[in-house]
Amino acid sequence: MKIIVNGEPRELPDGASVAQAVAAVTTAASGVAAALNDEVVRRSAWEATELREADRLEVLTAVQGG
Amino acid sequence: MTDETANGGDGLVIAGEEIGSRLIMGTGGAPSMHVLREALTASGTALTTVAMRRVDPSARGSVLDVLTECGIRVLPNTAGCFTAGEAVLTAKMAREALGTNWVKLEVIADERTLLPDPIELVEAAEQLVDDGFAVLPYTNDDPVLAHRLEQLGCAAVMPLGSPIGSGLGIRNPHNIELIVERAGVPVILDAGLGTASDAALAMELGCDAVLLATAVTRAQSPARMAAAMRHAVEAGRLARLAGRIPKRRYAQASSPFEGLASS
Repeated sequence: MKIIVNGEPRELPDGASVAQAVAAVTTAASGVAAALNDEVVRRSAWEATELREADRLEVLTAVQGG
Repeated sequence: MTDETANGGDGLVIAGEEIGSRLIMGTGGAPSMHVLREALTASGTALTTVAMRRVDPSARGSVLDVLTECGIRVLPNTAGCFTAGEAVLTAKMAREALGTNWVKLEVIADERTLLPDPIELVEAAEQLVDDGFAVLPYTNDDPVLAHRLEQLGCAAVMPLGSPIGSGLGIRNPHNIELIVERAGVPVILDAGLGTASDAALAMELGCDAVLLATAVTRAQSPARMAAAMRHAVEAGRLARLAGRIPKRRYAQASSPFEGLASS
């Protein structure tokens, strides 16, 4: 299935979890948050949250700013 | 109150927590993590801002590692957000990623001025206060708006001195004084400062703290300017507490006229 991760289309196996999608873009063990279709998914729920076709996932971290 | 020689006991308290320095330094604009680390250390800051952005798999070195090494508390911002919705989502993601419910709320109107959009700002502040955040809004130097933000439960108000990164200093000191006079929460002068005298003026006007980044990180010698800002904030705070003399139209001699030699 195809989902959008940080604005880029990505092919993931059917039933892939938020955790799998996050792992595709970062190896950071902390300091990262994910939002699925504009709703934050707590880190503790990443494994159990399944993605669906055309979902939009945002994966953010802290950078220099302000 | 302060004692006569130092700032002992004159702490900055935001949302019930004491912050060890009245200079809050942002991390934006530093040319490298090494320069940033030196500047943060020289500034003596205890709280510093970071932005939230999409992860970059090619990024080397994390600003969070620098802050952890330096023992500085992190204040995530919502820089770059144009709507209340974007800012609220960014704040919630920052809370999840960084484990803090503090947020520097920034909702800008356009990229040319980076001025706050007051309507979106109030909307976002309401939502975040309701959700349990300690909200520190970056706001215009408008006493009415600052008061509204305080009334709806913000933990501080952060009026700009002039546009972000402009180095124009405090363009409307009278408005800053009006905000300070009325505020029951800390007033943090945020944005536009260019050099140390600007920071001292902010504190002399009665601000509780100063937040700056560009003035230090884009100075020719960031660590040196960070030290200058640290001293300026301390000097301005002491001057405010000391109570300056009134301004007079004519001179007032400080030497006695009696006992002059006659020729």
